[in-house]
Amino acid sequence: MADLAHLPARPSASTPDALAIHGLTHRIGERPVLQDVTFTVPAGRFVVLLGPNGAGKTTLLSLVTRLYSAQQGSIAVFGHDVRKESSAALSSMGVVFQQRAIDPDLTARQNLSYHAALHGLPGRVARARIAAELERTSLVKEADRKIRTLSGGESRRIEIARALLHNPKLLLCDEATVGLDVRSRANIMSDVRGLVRDRGVAVLWATHLIDEVEPDDFVIILHRGKVQRQGRAAEIAGTEGLNDAFRRVTEAAA
Amino acid sequence: MSLGAMLRCFYGILWRELLRFLHQYTRFVAALVRPLIWLFVFAAGFRSVLGVSIVPPYQTYILYDEYVIPGLVAMILLFNGMQGSLSMVYDRELGSMRVLLTSPMPRWFLLICKLLSSTLLSLAQVYVFLLIAWLYGIKLPPMGYLQVLPALLISGMMLGGLGLLLSSMIKQLENFAGVMNFIIFPMFFTSSALYPLWKVEEASPILRDICGFNPFTYAVELVRFALYGQFESMSALVVTACTIVFVAGAIIAYDPSKGIITRVRAGAPA
Repeated sequence: MADLAHLPARPSASTPDALAIHGLTHRIGERPVLQDVTFTVPAGRFVVLLGPNGAGKTTLLSLVTRLYSAQQGSIAVFGHDVRKESSAALSSMGVVFQQRAIDPDLTARQNLSYHAALHGLPGRVARARIAAELERTSLVKEADRKIRTLSGGESRRIEIARALLHNPKLLLCDEATVGLDVRSRANIMSDVRGLVRDRGVAVLWATHLIDEVEPDDFVIILHRGKVQRQGRAAEIAGTEGLNDAFRRVTEAAA
Repeated sequence: MSLGAMLRCFYGILWRELLRFLHQYTRFVAALVRPLIWLFVFAAGFRSVLGVSIVPPYQTYILYDEYVIPGLVAMILLFNGMQGSLSMVYDRELGSMRVLLTSPMPRWFLLICKLLSSTLLSLAQVYVFLLIAWLYGIKLPPMGYLQVLPALLISGMMLGGLGLLLSSMIKQLENFAGVMNFIIFPMFFTSSALYPLWKVEEASPILRDICGFNPFTYAVELVRFALYGQFESMSALVVTACTIVFVAGAIIAYDPSKGIITRVRAGAPA
């Protein structure tokens, strides 16, 4: 289990971890993709899942979101086992997928309405939340444009807005800034970090980009399907810097 | 999940299918052009060479144009059912499938909503086709237009269920051409859609037996009898049983713990 002693106290002692993964092992065919992965994301924290391409980040998030079923180990979202209480678990989380998962022929508003319906939100509530999210992400003017006419950064922000419509307390972001320019990346990072700060949303931020990590972030380094190291970014970085530390950890595991 | 939330979810899925359908209006035109060509060209030619005896549900001699209508209605359901499969593969490639499958609603419910939505769109196309046929002069018993509705719904669900099951096995969009060649055409041609089974038997008893094993034959006959206000119990039984088998198979295929979709995708998320 991760050493979380250095993290500030949780909002409440009775609040379960936003995400608790224990002993997770998964194979695709004969190939082990994840091996005995164990870590937690405390409620209201920003946690970085750092790993090179092929580390198993996307598979891990697919298991958390029940796109696959884990072969071994347990996954709980706010105490709800994703296998036994998948409805409660999925209600508590929002997901931004690595691959764009938004209908390009529908408008931003239509995509958001569709998501609200999939979560069973009443029409009035859905309209109010869509308006609020569009306002928050400064995309009101783009609301009635088709997704295919929006920039990569805009459509990504719509996907983040969509993931938040049902008020989840855990947000999973899988390489959410890949393929975006520096400005769009900065906007998205600032938006997501703001969610942690202002709304107490826990975020698991999967990335291979070290420059997205801040010194106070809790980092889990995943490589070849195993957790190689976890702790505060500044501690992992030590004196050599996070870049070198990351390279050393992943090369040692190679 | 409350009933209200589930109904809203169904409405959302139906609404999205409708929007996508309206955006792809050529799909609607194509879905109608296909049976209309059969009706205006093929049936017109066959009218003079193919006589249809008085067999149930018909009370009198009918023209071939009238005989072929239930088959063409079922053709619309068949193509749309397979189109639904194409739409699922397309959604998977676009990633929209993940949005659907990460909804907190039960997965079986999501799949049935998807199936029911595409079936309802098929029914709209069927009624437009029947209207055009009526304007063309093929007038069926007025009550038949209403009485056929349950038969259309269950047949549409059966064919859509088959499409859904197939979609779990198709790895890529490009493989859909195989569905056309190996599923749609054989199902259509080895059925009673174009010729009555006694005619088929005259030509080839083996072909008649093949037609008898084809669930599409029963969908055609169910629709045919219903259009004349009659209930064909054997067809209803076969179509209902096949609907249950196909839909259950699709639900299992899309189940993350049991699903063949996981094995088929070999690692790539659904």
